[in-house]
Amino acid sequence: MSTTTFAGVPVELNEEGFFVDPNQWTREMAVDMAKADGIDELTPQHWIVLDFMRKEYFEKGTGPTVRVLGKTSGVTVKDLYLLFPKGPAKMAARIAGIPKPKGCI
Amino acid sequence: MSHSTAKRIVILGGGTGGTLVANRLHRHYRKHHQPVSITVVDQNNDHVYQPGLLFVPFGLADEHEIVRPREAQLHKDITFILSAIEHVEMANDTVVLWDGVELPYDLLVIATGSHLALDETEGLTGPGWNESVFTFYDMAGATGLHRALEAFEGGRLLVNVVDMPIKCPVAPLEFCFLADWYFTDRGIRDKVEITYATPLDGAFTKPVASATLASLLEEKGVHLVTEFNTGEVVGEAADGDDKKLVGYDGREVPFDLAVVIPMHSGADYVGRSEGLGDDLNFVPTNKATLQSNAKPNIFVIGDATNVPASKAGSVTHFEGEVLVENIIRFLDGQELTNHFDGHANCFIETGFGKALLIDFNYNTEPLPGHFPARVGMPLLKESRMNHLGKLMFQWFYWHALLQGRDVPGIGADMPEHGKEHPDTAPQSRTAPQEATV
Repeated sequence: MSTTTFAGVPVELNEEGFFVDPNQWTREMAVDMAKADGIDELTPQHWIVLDFMRKEYFEKGTGPTVRVLGKTSGVTVKDLYLLFPKGPAKMAARIAGIPKPKGCI
Repeated sequence: MSHSTAKRIVILGGGTGGTLVANRLHRHYRKHHQPVSITVVDQNNDHVYQPGLLFVPFGLADEHEIVRPREAQLHKDITFILSAIEHVEMANDTVVLWDGVELPYDLLVIATGSHLALDETEGLTGPGWNESVFTFYDMAGATGLHRALEAFEGGRLLVNVVDMPIKCPVAPLEFCFLADWYFTDRGIRDKVEITYATPLDGAFTKPVASATLASLLEEKGVHLVTEFNTGEVVGEAADGDDKKLVGYDGREVPFDLAVVIPMHSGADYVGRSEGLGDDLNFVPTNKATLQSNAKPNIFVIGDATNVPASKAGSVTHFEGEVLVENIIRFLDGQELTNHFDGHANCFIETGFGKALLIDFNYNTEPLPGHFPARVGMPLLKESRMNHLGKLMFQWFYWHALLQGRDVPGIGADMPEHGKEHPDTAPQSRTAPQEATV
């Protein structure tokens, strides 16, 4: 566990860089985190995905996998990879301030 | 209880879960002289011993050995209906069959497993399908692949998992290990390049086992490609080009023969039953009680659930004990028990007459040690004994597991005895600690 500062506010991250407490997250922080991950600007399409991931997390207790994102978020899997090139589920979950999706058993 | 009040139990699916639950419930109610009607519905009468599919491509098993009639595995007092399912009407506690016939129930068990979603991957069933691109996850694919392997004289063999979850997550690795043995046995191992491409960030999902399995792959000369998300399968190539898998991130993996494990979904009728399933047609289920989230009189077993356990026969077997107990309690109006711990127990065939054994649950990853106690089969370590265990298991499956008989020493709860945890492993070799149970 480590503490990092986003948008001027210190937050706790786990060893893989995911938020320990998703309630600490703000939209301003997401902008900072995205920049650090190589995304210069969060477009409305990025925000569709990020908002969808947070909604799913708070409803179901885990973020969606890429496949579920592609089926339900309104953004195709191909576009998801263009938006979040390092792997949509993991990268978008990190920027959305939720834990790593429990997709794989 | 008079005949008119006999509870109606309907079980959808006559595979591992449906069969063992039907037989166990039948035995219980007969013993207690309580009349119930038990009905099992399935769309075909072929019960496949699915672990056997792995051996078919290598000529080590064939269709006659591993497929038996579903009906013959059920006690004669259990009604078997051969029909596809249209949907479940939860509001009326009724199953609607394909021809419109209605099947009312007091209690419903969903045991329809998972299915291959071939059309979710671009190009998978396009040109080259069952010629240069195969799966061994169904009987037709496994037998086609057997012919292709026999004709294979050298080149690039690619084994690819498209996405999780899949049935038996270790089977693709076992396929790689057996391919290494198979081509060595044929004397052409040096002419075959074997690659394993997985969407995971390692050989397996759990860290300790992942490291062991990754070094086994390396030892056997199998190249490992991680975090590969298959976007397209190109199974037939223009002159001079390679057949290849194209990843969503733009990476390409060329092949001459590809063995693809397709995406899995729950049964289609789940999607047609309003409020029953999730986006992938798996049924949201309480992971400790196995009751569905949709309605209290619907229970779920095996691959059909969304519980965070492996989709494997052993998990289904262990779930069976808890599920049957809870169905009996539910119909008696008692509180449910909630002790299903996600227990899984899998032999991993590693070729050359050896196998590994792994044993784990929701909270404990596969660890080294011995099963079921400190003296027993070696865990996470290659041995001939584990291989024999894997072979013997088929007998046990048909004669004990499906019939719902208990096996002494192997219960639903994962045994903690005999496991070496990463923190305690070094000490336990010199000074064994008291096991925590």
